[in-house]
Amino acid sequence: MLGRSSLRDLAWAALLLVGLLVLPILVPHPAMRDFVIYVIAYGLLAMSLNLLVGFTGLVSFGHAAYFASGAYIFGLLMQSGNVSLPVAMLAAVGGTALLALVIGAICVRLKEIYFAFLTLAFQMFIHSIILTWVSLTGGDQGLMGGIPRPTFLGIDLNDSMTLYSFCAVVFVACLVIMRQIVQSPFGYTLRMIRDNPHRANFLGVNVVRMKLAIFVISGTMASVGGIVMALFVSGAYPEFGFWTTSGEAIFMIMLGGTQLFIGPLVGAILLQTLNHYVTIYTEHHGLVLGIVILIFVLGLRRGLADFVYLWFQDRRTRKLEKETGR
Amino acid sequence: MLKVENLYKAFGGVVAMNDVSLDFPTGSLTAIIGPNGAGKTTFFNLISGHIRPDRGRVLFDGQDLVGRSSLEIVRRGIGRAFQVASIFPSLTLRESLMAAVISHRRQSTQVLTRFPLQSAAERVEEIMALLELTAKADVLSRNLSHGDQKLLDIALALAMDPKVLLLDEPTAGMGPEERWQMIDKVYRLWEAEKMTLVFIEHDMGIVFKIAQTIRVLKYGAVLAEGTPEDIRSNPDVIDAYLGTDHDATTATATVGEG
Repeated sequence: MLGRSSLRDLAWAALLLVGLLVLPILVPHPAMRDFVIYVIAYGLLAMSLNLLVGFTGLVSFGHAAYFASGAYIFGLLMQSGNVSLPVAMLAAVGGTALLALVIGAICVRLKEIYFAFLTLAFQMFIHSIILTWVSLTGGDQGLMGGIPRPTFLGIDLNDSMTLYSFCAVVFVACLVIMRQIVQSPFGYTLRMIRDNPHRANFLGVNVVRMKLAIFVISGTMASVGGIVMALFVSGAYPEFGFWTTSGEAIFMIMLGGTQLFIGPLVGAILLQTLNHYVTIYTEHHGLVLGIVILIFVLGLRRGLADFVYLWFQDRRTRKLEKETGR
Repeated sequence: MLKVENLYKAFGGVVAMNDVSLDFPTGSLTAIIGPNGAGKTTFFNLISGHIRPDRGRVLFDGQDLVGRSSLEIVRRGIGRAFQVASIFPSLTLRESLMAAVISHRRQSTQVLTRFPLQSAAERVEEIMALLELTAKADVLSRNLSHGDQKLLDIALALAMDPKVLLLDEPTAGMGPEERWQMIDKVYRLWEAEKMTLVFIEHDMGIVFKIAQTIRVLKYGAVLAEGTPEDIRSNPDVIDAYLGTDHDATTATATVGEG
């Protein structure tokens, strides 16, 4: 039996999916579809990172490593021509989970800045493997020759509308999974760890094991973002695993906010919009981006979604106080 | 129930716990008093597995706890609350307790169910009622008053269904009236739950009023133990507590012996 909160979330998910599928009909411009797919790929990266940053209090600077690992494993398997597309996707997710398990087992024992730097170090390590193992990865050229998209179960992803719909479905499925995780007893255990790991430990929570679990989950979700990206651009590039990609994910979280589940997605839309429009009008795109982030950090002091949420919450408490006559 | 034998711990050259042996019978209510730096909190840290003693044993139900993790010790039934309320600021009071009860029931790893769990709700309400926190159930922990935060800290420990509960200065930072309310609740809690309760306290009025047994620590050693009457008339305790002029010389002597 599903509870009320699960049903409400599923209704939201259905609504989002319908919205995403209707959007290209309302706005038939192909650039719109491309934009949404970018938001999906980077949104998954940012939202999965927020499972660590926002819900567990673990600031990882190396999250793009799992995005890249998803893209490369998927791309290489598809190029080998031995497996079907869904199998390659599952293998990419599974392979990344394994990678995250190994890296996480070493990182999650460390605190704060040491954790952040070690995750960054592992990412740079993976990035240099991609760059130097030219025979496998194509080095700085990326995976050459495109990624084939053979038809499976009657679905032909070479059709751009089908590809778009496929990405939308995968995206919404990932959101449902992540939402379920943060609203589960496990999700609240993560919040305990974020707020006060010392106390959580004295309440019988195995802090290290919980951190490792969410580290792996978060990595696998990021890998799905990488797979979407690889599917879309029909290739994989070392930049996927460069620190700037991790940095962008952190920007998205800062722009959107950490406290709401949907916050990083708002951030992903904001950042992609900025990237998209600012580059049309000026080449000083980094400057504009920096100013916008400064405005958020100094002006709102939090991400956009958090800001709006807190504003509503404040209003509600004030109203409640008035009613109860306090 | 709980028994420590020859517990010894030094930090560098400072002896924090010097050969302490104490016995806490099942269902007893014990106060631990002593001047600042006497090793009271260290004593709790040693029992709860936060710090490992250099020597000695901590026996709980006949088994030695030394070397076990704080996680394992709390699961065996030794709960503790902290001097500075140790809570979860961004969770509401009810959510915090729910999460604690879930942890105690080893359901923290569930990902397919939804928080809060119906099955744990009854226990959560029970604990809140016990400490008269029900009215504040939906307040964010960070917005609770100081006193309620301390109560929540105790409530969290209770969620573990402890056999032994260690309370580190439950009345710290409270005004006189609030203190008595707090200690009243602690006393009723002890009566209701029939647990072994050990608390650290500075307010002598409170200690003499409610404790069955008092243990006095000074410079990491047991200075005296006994009923409130014994302690009240013990010259050493009067000395340590009233802070007479020759306190410094006694101090040097005690450290020298250690």
